[in-house]
Amino acid sequence: MTAPIELIGITRTYGEGEAMVRALDGVDLRIEAGEFVAIMGPSGSGKSTAMNIIGCLDRPSAGQYLFNGVEVARLDQDQRALLRRHYLGFVFQGFNLLARTTALENVELPLIYKGMAKAERIALARDALHKVGLDGREDHTPAQLSGGQQQRVAIARALVSQPMVMLADEPTGNLDTKRSVEIMELMQRLNREEGLTIVMVTHEEDMAAYASRLVVFTDGRVVRDEKVEARHAL
Amino acid sequence: MLFETVRLALTAIIRNALRSFLTVLGVVIGVAAVIAMVTVGQGSSEQVAANVEALGTDVLILRPGARMMGPGARDNAPAFKLADVEALEGLGALSAVAPVVSTSETAVFGNANRTTTVTGTTSAWLEIGGWEIARGRAFTATEDKSGANVCIIGETVRTTLFGATDPTGETIRVKAVSCQVIGLLTAKGAGSFGQDQDDIVVMPVRTVQRRLVGAQDVASISLQVAPGASTDRAIADVQTLMRERRRIAIGEDDNFSVTDMKEIASMLNSVNTVLTGLLSSVAAVSLLVGGIGIMNIMLVSVTERTREIGIRLAVGAQARQVLTQFLVEAVVLSVLGGVLGIVTGLALAAVAAQIMAIPFAPSLGVVAMAFGFSALVGVIFGYFPARAAARLDPIDALRHQ
Repeated sequence: MTAPIELIGITRTYGEGEAMVRALDGVDLRIEAGEFVAIMGPSGSGKSTAMNIIGCLDRPSAGQYLFNGVEVARLDQDQRALLRRHYLGFVFQGFNLLARTTALENVELPLIYKGMAKAERIALARDALHKVGLDGREDHTPAQLSGGQQQRVAIARALVSQPMVMLADEPTGNLDTKRSVEIMELMQRLNREEGLTIVMVTHEEDMAAYASRLVVFTDGRVVRDEKVEARHAL
Repeated sequence: MLFETVRLALTAIIRNALRSFLTVLGVVIGVAAVIAMVTVGQGSSEQVAANVEALGTDVLILRPGARMMGPGARDNAPAFKLADVEALEGLGALSAVAPVVSTSETAVFGNANRTTTVTGTTSAWLEIGGWEIARGRAFTATEDKSGANVCIIGETVRTTLFGATDPTGETIRVKAVSCQVIGLLTAKGAGSFGQDQDDIVVMPVRTVQRRLVGAQDVASISLQVAPGASTDRAIADVQTLMRERRRIAIGEDDNFSVTDMKEIASMLNSVNTVLTGLLSSVAAVSLLVGGIGIMNIMLVSVTERTREIGIRLAVGAQARQVLTQFLVEAVVLSVLGGVLGIVTGLALAAVAAQIMAIPFAPSLGVVAMAFGFSALVGVIFGYFPARAAARLDPIDALRHQ
């Protein structure tokens, strides 16, 4: 059976010649449907680079990346956009919501690009906001929401298009412990109840503990990869 | 999908009201400045052309003092007398001769008064200047010679002293002279140098000499070349006669001058050419400055929005969808600014034309050029930086600071 994500010998370099930096150096990684994978590692270990390549936000310098069995390197810019549109959802450390735009409209955005009718978009966006516990905040702009609430909006936006995989890059990096725990519990619930495959980059062990599998990067390589017992069983 | 993209663009415009306002303002200023400038320029150009026509190219002006002499030099030359006028009337090359004595006096009627130019002359002056009597009559031959207490007033003086009522038959007071208004001149508007030609009271020359100026001098003499006679011939005849009358020895310079209005006309025309050229360059510079303003706002806006482009790409927008949105935004803002700029520019030009008393002369070519240039700059600088951003890998666009 093909896995949603399969990296084979992925290398990503920046710069040229003497100044060349190897952010990823021959990474092999296979992620199965329904997994909740936490990627850890020190700064500069290549964990975020790996995440960006998985999300088709960045392209590898060498190696093969199969998404659902499809060789991503063969896709052009527009096809990669379609892949993101239909199969991937992103949550970033800095939230990356559109400013001066309501929570509902932010969540609607991926559906607009899917070509969905307005009424259907609103219904789905409301539903997604309900799932992340933001009922009643639909008309708030990011500036009117707390950091935790903004990250929930971002999660709702990642969920709303019913992606195959949700990618989260340091989703709790800008939040205090209490909000972080809420976000992690939310993600764990989505993984367990909805069967959503989640790949999360974090440098906090407390957050990684919510995942079912831990992958550790050092110097652009995978140095540890093991199934773990998720800490907070619901 | 296109509809949705257009809606996204309009939403973005409204959401970023300040940025949109500044962009539109840039276009408005560029377009309005050029249109106002060029329209005023063309209006004054038309005005000059009309003035040149009105000057009458068969008119000569005779003044005491040689031409091109410094101030004061003219004072040493003896003034003309009415006898000179009579002598000139004998020349066959001239069809009309009019003495001119001007002074500035206050005309009073009832409670109203106005300080105006009082010109003492004869009815020949009306003929030479192409003046028409709107109401009443011109001076009779007797009045021309006698110095009767009568006057003909210009439209501006009539408006100030009489309002809308008929002035003929009324008596006005000019300095210490009471004179009866016998006629009203047809309005001429602004003169070649912007002066109000209708701000005038015309009286018989002797009346002005005796009662207002208190001297027998004639400041200048207007001459009209007879139909069919050559201007050069007329000038030569006048010079010969005046040298004789003023007893100028052979070899001595003239102590008077004859100005041909044709020369003034050609001078005005060349001044006008320079003026038009100047206005065009100023307009070109404003267009350029306006263009740079638009460019700046668009560039700053796109830099600021590169992260937004990254977000849109990350959630699955294709580059061309993002581009269409930015293009629509740029077009809407540029067109909106262009239209407002045209309206503002034309309004400014109309007000300026009113104040400067010149014709309002809008030109489709200039409007189209100013609008086209600004819109083009707006669209190009809204579109191309956005295109560069949309071609980035989404992660680079997202990391953009």
